[in-house]
Amino acid sequence: MRNALPPLAVLLAAAIALPWAAEALGQPATIGLATRILCLGIAAASLNLILGHGGMVSFGHALYYGLGAYTVGILWEHFRLGEPIFGVIPGSNELLVTLPIAMVVAGVAAAVIGALSLRTSGVQFIMITLAFAQMGFFLFVGLKAYGGDDGMLVRRRNIVPGLDLRDQNQLYWLCLGFLVAWLLLQWRIVESRFGRVLEGIRQNERRMAAIGIATYRYKLVAFIIAGMGCGLAGALTANYLRFVSPDLMAWQKSGEIMVMVILGGVGTLLGPVVGAAALVGMEYVLGGITENWQFFLGPILLAVVLWAPGGIMGLLGRGARRG
Amino acid sequence: MALWGCLAGGRGVVEALLSVRGLRKRFGGLAATDDVTLDVRPGELHALIGPNGAGKTTLIGQLTGEITPDAGHVVFCGEDITRLSVAARVKRGLARSFQIVQLLDDDTALANVALAVQAQAGHSFRFWRAAGRDAGLLEPARALLEQVGLARHDTRVADLSHGERKLLELAMALAARPQLLLLDEPMAGLGAAESLAMTETLRALKGGLSILLIEHDMEAVFALADRITVLVYGRAIATGTAEEIRANPAVQDAYLAEELAP
Repeated sequence: MRNALPPLAVLLAAAIALPWAAEALGQPATIGLATRILCLGIAAASLNLILGHGGMVSFGHALYYGLGAYTVGILWEHFRLGEPIFGVIPGSNELLVTLPIAMVVAGVAAAVIGALSLRTSGVQFIMITLAFAQMGFFLFVGLKAYGGDDGMLVRRRNIVPGLDLRDQNQLYWLCLGFLVAWLLLQWRIVESRFGRVLEGIRQNERRMAAIGIATYRYKLVAFIIAGMGCGLAGALTANYLRFVSPDLMAWQKSGEIMVMVILGGVGTLLGPVVGAAALVGMEYVLGGITENWQFFLGPILLAVVLWAPGGIMGLLGRGARRG
Repeated sequence: MALWGCLAGGRGVVEALLSVRGLRKRFGGLAATDDVTLDVRPGELHALIGPNGAGKTTLIGQLTGEITPDAGHVVFCGEDITRLSVAARVKRGLARSFQIVQLLDDDTALANVALAVQAQAGHSFRFWRAAGRDAGLLEPARALLEQVGLARHDTRVADLSHGERKLLELAMALAARPQLLLLDEPMAGLGAAESLAMTETLRALKGGLSILLIEHDMEAVFALADRITVLVYGRAIATGTAEEIRANPAVQDAYLAEELAP
């Protein structure tokens, strides 16, 4: 980790400087693209905690993304109308209020869903997490008060003391700050005693029970942390898009987040972010050439799975060792 | 001394550390465990032998909690543990090693044992401090590796030999600081020299804790065991000292005749 610090510092400096570079090069649209990558990077990193480190293949992770986004959207709607939710909870447009609430909402959902689905494993676990996410999807499709399947607008971004999020550069830096903070937290977790247990469960759950670890509760706590991280990503996304819709929690989105983790490198710190950048970048470049860009994405994914099982981070590592 | 931990627990003096009473398990038409009654006394090394298919693995599964019996009881330190989970039994001092090694292949031998030490050091809901350089975990882990005679601490499990993995299995079980150690064929697949070394390691452990040893290596069993139970077709047909077992005609019929033929 120590010799990884200088490259990380360079990477961070480049990320901070990106808006200025984009403006200097006359490419301000890049900043929006980069903000999307940061948000999806947090979502993918959070999935990586349970998928890459805990061996839990959740196929419903976008549910927490959508819940985080809808929390911001619904709080905004009630703030705008001046009507408390259920006549009790007032709406809000303050990021320092909406963001923690989004994380708690996602965390509570993850606690309930995790408590039920972690009683299974393997294919059953994949299917049950998918089923729960689909339930959430159809719930919000049916919620006409919040736009149903059309979604709803968040006309103005949340406010933060000292920042103006209408400025896309400031929103970008805010998202970058949250991504760095989340990665730092997750790095500590992975290295901690809790992370060792999680890694042990991924490698051999039977062994973990045999040394006296009640694995279920560790998996559940990891599942909740991952859900909260994805809720954070969703809340930031709602602010970036100024729009929320059930598509944010559709199974395609869960698949996309999983692809980012696999593409970037399962179980690595930066892999999910690199994967998010690669997928969004490919969508942008290939999407500019043809409408059917996903047709070309397929073979690329296939190549990664077949010849680079460690993902892009695995390839970079191999290159660094050779060089 | 860990051995007497359960005696101090206020449950009074128990004659048997582990007592198995009328244990039964059927898989379809097969009685894998058929009314097994068995005692492991404090401090003894009790061997469980039997031909292939006698139900040894099913029995150890019920003792560790991986398999739920259809009937009967498992009592450990005076407490009925028949319905307890695997992890809960380990916490009470009942640890095991696996016949087919169950280790964390991507990690070093030291990291494996350190994790087993960590499992005994209270809960692991600690999210910030790095565990990889925690001397409180690494020092006991090194001591355990030295105790079982595994020298390559920093080699990944995937790169260890079969014999070394068997030693690591033993170290992992010892890390739980058990009162009773269930050893599932610790000699399986070992060479002659390695078997001898393992026998000596087990002899050194004897007396400090109770051991239930399941083993095919008859030489080792007769060299080590205080008492032996013979399992045939899911039934415990005899229990006694090495001499008694050797002299038992039923045992000779069922098992020893072929194994101990000169």
